[in-house]
This record gives sequence, C-alpha cells and structure tokens, in this order.
Amino acid sequence: MKIKNSTRSGFGQAMAELGRNKKVVALSADLIDSNKLNAFIEKYPKRFFQAGVAEQNMVSMATGLALEGKIPFACSFGVFMPMRCLDQIRVSVCYNQTNVKLVATHCGLATGEDGATHQALEDVAALRSLPNITIIEPCDYNQTIKATKAAAKLKGPVYLRLHRAKFESLTGKASLFKIGKAQVLQRGKKITIIGSGPILTEVMKACKELKYKPEIINCHTIKPLDSETILKSVRKTKKVIVVQDHQVIGGLGSAVTELLSEKYPVKCKIIGMQDKFGESGKPMQLWQKYGLDSTNILKEIKSLVK
Amino acid sequence: MKKLTKIKELQLMANTIREDLMIMLTNAGSGHCGGPLGLVDIFTALYFNILKHDSKKPNWDKRDRLILSPGHVCPVRYAAMARAGYFRKEELLTLRKMGTRLQGHPSRQDLPGIELATASLGQGLGAAVGMALAGKLDRKKHTIYCVTSDGEHDEGSTWEAVNAAAKYKLNNLINIIDRNNIQISGHTQDVWPLKNLKERYEMHDWKVFEINGHDFKQIISTIEKAKKIKQPVCIIAYTIPGKGVSFMEHQFSWHGKAPKAEEAARALTELNKERERIMKRK
Repeated sequence: MKIKNSTRSGFGQAMAELGRNKKVVALSADLIDSNKLNAFIEKYPKRFFQAGVAEQNMVSMATGLALEGKIPFACSFGVFMPMRCLDQIRVSVCYNQTNVKLVATHCGLATGEDGATHQALEDVAALRSLPNITIIEPCDYNQTIKATKAAAKLKGPVYLRLHRAKFESLTGKASLFKIGKAQVLQRGKKITIIGSGPILTEVMKACKELKYKPEIINCHTIKPLDSETILKSVRKTKKVIVVQDHQVIGGLGSAVTELLSEKYPVKCKIIGMQDKFGESGKPMQLWQKYGLDSTNILKEIKSLVK
Repeated sequence: MKKLTKIKELQLMANTIREDLMIMLTNAGSGHCGGPLGLVDIFTALYFNILKHDSKKPNWDKRDRLILSPGHVCPVRYAAMARAGYFRKEELLTLRKMGTRLQGHPSRQDLPGIELATASLGQGLGAAVGMALAGKLDRKKHTIYCVTSDGEHDEGSTWEAVNAAAKYKLNNLINIIDRNNIQISGHTQDVWPLKNLKERYEMHDWKVFEINGHDFKQIISTIEKAKKIKQPVCIIAYTIPGKGVSFMEHQFSWHGKAPKAEEAARALTELNKERERIMKRK
C-alpha cells in the first residue's frame, strides 16, 4: 500500500527547508500544530510570530513584514483566512502587491469531522476576483513541497490552498512543478477531466474503471489559469468535467468555464459542492454524500461520453 | 531638505501647507478638508523636523517609516511631501485627476514615499506592527510611525494591532492618534463609544502621552521622549478638524467635502492674515 500524507504536512516539510533563507518568516493565527509549523518554529524560533486568534491583524503584520523585505507565510484555516480578513487581503496584500504568502490548511469538505463551519468551500471564489493574487492548490504532499518553495520564489501575493486529510501521492518527488503551468496527469481522449487538490485521487480512481483513457489535467494553479494547456486538450476531446472540493460557484470550474465559453464552447460539467454547507463525517463519507467521489465522477463521465 | 528647528519656521510651513490644501482640494472638486487641515501641524513636524528621511531617496533603508492609516486624509501628506521635495508642488494640482500619482486615497504603486496604500480603516497599525517586527528582527535603528484616526478605533482590527504591539514589546513603534472627535457621520462620541482611550491603551501595556496636536513644541518634545521609551508609545494628539479655516473648524460636515472657489478664497484670505500674524512674531 502506498504511503498517505497530507498537503499541509508537505507545507510543514517545505517550511523547515525554506527556513535556511533568512527572509522567510512564518505567522499563525493560533494554529501552529494544525498548520504544521512545528518544525520551522523549532529550527527558527525568532522568525515565527504568533498572531493569536486575530486573522485580520495577522495579514496586516505579514504585510508590514513583506514591506521590509521578508517573505512572510501567514497561516490559518481556509474558513478564517481568507474569509475573516478578505479586506486586508484585498487592500494591504493585493492592491499593494506585497510579497505575502497566505497558507490555508483545512480546505474543502475533506476537512471532515469538524463540520460545516470548518470546511472552507468558498475561499477560491472569494479570492479569485482579486487582482494580483496567485492561487495554488497542490494535489499531494510532494507537490506541496514544490509549490511552497515556488511560492517563496515568486514575488507577489500567493494563496496556497491546503488540506487536512491524508491521501496517496499522485506525483513523484521528481515530477515537475511550475506555477501557472497545469500538469497533464494522464494523456487521453474523448473527455478532459480537470481538477485540483487531493480530490484528483477520486478522479484517477474513476478513470480506472473506463475502457479508454480520458485526459486528466491537474490544474494546481487556479489563478492565473493555464488556458493554453486547457484549450489544447479540450480542442482534442471536446468535452470537459471539472472536479473540485469547493462550491460549484466561483471555483476552478467557474474559471475553466469562463475561459471555454469565450474561447471554445463545449459541453461542460462542474462537480463540486452544490451551493450547500457541509456537515460532520469522514472525508470519504462526505465526498460520497455530496457527489464528489469516484462513483459519481464515473457516472458523470459516462453521461457525457456515450 | 533643511530641517526646520524654529517654531516660527514650522508655523510658516504649516501655513503654506494649509494654503496648498485649500488650492488642491478646490481644484480636485472632491476630497476631505477636516482631517487634513487638522493634521497639518503634525505632518509639518514629521516631515520637517522629526522624520529621518531623504526626499530624493524615498526607499532609503535607514529612513523612519511613516504609515498613514486613514488614507482619506492623504492630501496633507501629499502637500507635506511636495514641500519637502519629493515632487514638484505643481503636481499637487493633479490630486484625484485621471492618471495622477496623487490618487484619492494613497497608492504605494503610484507614488514613491507612500509606504502602504491605505484607506480601508483599521489596517495601517497592523502593517506598522509588521514593519516594527522586521525592524527588531534585523536590529535596525529606525522608528516606525503610524498615524491613526480616532474614528478607526471603531475597527476591531485596530485593537488586534494594539495587542500585537504590546505582545512583541515594540519600542520602535509610535502610534499618533489624530483625536479630532469627528468622523464621517458625526461626533465620535455619538457615532461609536470611544471613552477612556488613554486608559484602554495603558491597559494594553502602551505608554500614552496626550498632547495638543497644534503645538509644535509639544509634538516634537513628546516624540523625542517617546523614542527613548522601552514599550510601544501612543500619542493622543488633540486636534481641531478644519484647523486654520474658521468656518471649517470642528464642523464634521467638512469631513468629506471640498471647498467651492468662493469658500477657498475666504479660506486663503484667513490663512494669509494668519501668515502675517506669524511673521510679526519673534
């Protein structure tokens, strides 16, 4: 059996390595352990700033640190940041183009047992309309390490959308990661399936049940969207399903369909949370109940590709 | 830029900046009068006496930092910057016009010397805290000044920042509160409770001074004292909104509007008389 791990642990690992760069600092809104910052803090205690349960001020402090040349990683849960401090993100971070990295763990229904209040399902929708921000949702532990390091190198605001639960890795340590460049996980035909985050494990599972290979794209960078890779694939397959652990309104599916409706209209289906709040349960139980699991993905593929 | 040390020199500069404000706001046709006029003396003291800065090198690493949290009063900063040599004073007439570097609310990307674009209230002090943390981390000697408004103390995020400064014992941070008792829809005490402001800061482990925000001697000597104190310092500066123009003083109706040409002419006549009075002083 493959080892399972979480994207947030990948972030923790990357931060422990990134700490060698003295410009890198970290902040957490009283969620050190959940944000996996322990290793960083142990190695670089002076460069960690506890921000308390005060996300608005955390983002403001990160702004000030960035103005002074630091590379601050401000961490919380997706339901609190960006939601609680969206104004600070809009003005202090995005308008000012400060080099702030916003890291939200516990995104999506797969947050699980904590229930609806803690499952960030609207974060991408909230952030996607803000100018100057880059939004990244890596699919696994390995990719998160690379994404975190790439975020540190990129000058400007970045939002890293991470997750609590552990999943199998879809990418190897050697696989390439470039911000803004979608990764084709599987070359194929008849339909393009686009997704981001660990929900892609369900996509892979569903596709194994098919007699043909559909094209699967890991669109880890939600903004800016890699329109080139998406259009190239869709021109070939002419059908699209977007899978996301996020509300169907405003997420990756919206980004993709905005692109396609202008450039290459084809039949699309967005699989995601259907404008509802979640509830307590195990990640897989929740994905099943709300139609984000491999069984439902397979059903939707079959209804599009007849 | 020559440092102004004589009170008379500072008063004359403040008078000039008040004239600039009336002209630029009238020309812009919109903007705020009350707050900027009330802050003229503090900004004159900052730019012409207190701040370590170089108008030709706005990003000089050793400069003192100045964040203006209530971005809407930016005309006072623009006028002070122009007079201090950051840009030509003619540019003040572009305030709020299409394509200007002098945006209606200050923009860091447009105008060098603006540390942070602000305007959504309650964000400046937190950013100043972050700058102060960086200053401590790098053992830098400069001071971080933040000018906040009394009205923005309605914002919970302002108090989050107050806590943060205390937690990190930021003795390189000075918050100057423009205590002018007005905000956009009325007097501060009618709009939202702001009692015991001094005590509230003291309870959060800040050292607090109360000063007359139009008295150069007090402004300068208090900041000198503040820089030596080993904890974050809050200076509650009592100011008169609209200061220097009789029909604007204390009137919250002047918070957010620009003078018409006739009103500006009256204001300039008053300011000119004040200039003559200052000139006659020793």
